[in-house]
Amino acid sequence: MIAETTNRLFAETPLVRKKQRREWVARLIFGMMAAAMIIPLLLIIGYLVYQGAPLISWDFLTTNPVGGMRRGGIWSALLGTIWLVGVSLLIAAPIGVMAAVYLNEYARDNWFNRIINLAVINLAGVPSIVHALFGLGAFVLFARMGRSVLAASLTLAIMTLPVIIASTREALASVPRTFREACWNVGATRWQTIRRIVLPNSISGILTGVILQVSRTAGETAPIMFTGAVFFRSISEGDFFAYGLKEQCMALSMHLYTVTTQVTGAPKPLPYAIAVVLLGTVLLVNATAIVLRVYLRSRKKW
Amino acid sequence: MHPPAKHVEVSNLRLSYGPKEVIHGITFDIFKNEILGIIGPAQSGKTSLLRCINRTIEFSADAKVQGTIKVEGVDVRRQNVYALRRKIGMVAPLPVGLPLTIYDNVAFAPRCAGVTAKSDLDGAVEKCLRQAALWDEVKDRLDSLGTKLSGGQQQRLTIARALSHQPEILCLDEFSIAIDPVTTMRIEDVLKELRKEMTIILVTNLTQQARRLANRTMFLWNGDIIELDSNQVMFSDTPANRKTYEYVNGIFG
Repeated sequence: MIAETTNRLFAETPLVRKKQRREWVARLIFGMMAAAMIIPLLLIIGYLVYQGAPLISWDFLTTNPVGGMRRGGIWSALLGTIWLVGVSLLIAAPIGVMAAVYLNEYARDNWFNRIINLAVINLAGVPSIVHALFGLGAFVLFARMGRSVLAASLTLAIMTLPVIIASTREALASVPRTFREACWNVGATRWQTIRRIVLPNSISGILTGVILQVSRTAGETAPIMFTGAVFFRSISEGDFFAYGLKEQCMALSMHLYTVTTQVTGAPKPLPYAIAVVLLGTVLLVNATAIVLRVYLRSRKKW
Repeated sequence: MHPPAKHVEVSNLRLSYGPKEVIHGITFDIFKNEILGIIGPAQSGKTSLLRCINRTIEFSADAKVQGTIKVEGVDVRRQNVYALRRKIGMVAPLPVGLPLTIYDNVAFAPRCAGVTAKSDLDGAVEKCLRQAALWDEVKDRLDSLGTKLSGGQQQRLTIARALSHQPEILCLDEFSIAIDPVTTMRIEDVLKELRKEMTIILVTNLTQQARRLANRTMFLWNGDIIELDSNQVMFSDTPANRKTYEYVNGIFG
């Protein structure tokens, strides 16, 4: 009698089958949406590589553009982008990380720190063209840097600061509060706690966050257009220090824009080849971040 | 017989989180080298009381403390906060192994206090681990991670860390909720030994644990002291307050 009832209770009724079907459909839909993320990336890369392939070669990377930028390579633009990204990283990373440490570890909830938080959020929302104008006014004209690598890098650094702060705070917040309390309980100061416990355990998140954010600046055009990037410049090939901080430079993003819109008679694959190099640079930097994260994660201690 | 020396004097302590007052003006003393048991149901202010004593309450932004707490006769607010916290060992309910090696876990506090000599650190680490009844289990793997130990071992590691800055007062906040009865009994034996060297405040949900270990027990309820007396009185059939009898004997709470 009991067995019979339970059998009926757990038998496959139409209702159960309907539930299973719905479960399957829901899973399929959500899964497809997630998979859809891959498609644009593959299409973009595939299309660019296909179009730009005839031009891409080692020489393309290491020679200056010649003939009104219709022939030759992109060396001066590539090196310019590397310099801009590198210098802005050197400026933004220490400031951003230290500011985030202050906001996450020291700041109490008072009006002053609320203003700082508000400033960080709003700075992140400022359009890049406005940053460009600010950079022009503050660095190029007021600080008399002129249009230069330094002025452009500073502008880019200000643009990346808020996102670096946000990603660093996230990494710091992932260290459990109980660790901090345990340290305070034995008489450690805030700084001792940060140096011995918090930073060693959040460094992987901090570094990858910083690198990912900085790699985005490689593609920025507007902020450098007013502050340091030029239409055309020929530099010595193969010399990594061909640019000085006070000099103007070319940049891949800007070069892509000029070749596409300003230069007539450029070979059709040229813009695509430039885009492939730009994308490749960004993806290479991102890959570094991923490798770094995997390496540091493997040493994670809890 | 002269009265025992007062180690901690709490007078008229009030604590509120925002608009909500959780400790309503309590006054009591803790004597040197006694074990004071603090019992009471959840939300009675036991943990907050401990946090007031070592001033970690200051990390709660909305906490407001009134009244005074004196440790060794000096108001805690007038003492150097880091020195004060080193005077007080604190063991939290859930074991917290810092993400460091076992050795570094115990050497953390001495290092923060400025001890750098290897021989001093080695000695302190061994002494504290022995005191916490953990030495024999970990002596061969001091450089493995503290977070990889079992729960009971981690709690003893936490106790070793709390002892590593040579505190004069040891606060244990429900130290046994995450560990098995056998380990609990071992730690209780340790505490009976430690009493000779320091004052112990034992916050516990297990009234029987307070009965076994404490000299005196305080019954805290909703932020008020219902009764504080020697264990003979608290756990007798006739404590001064009827509520004490009922709580201790499981009639309510």
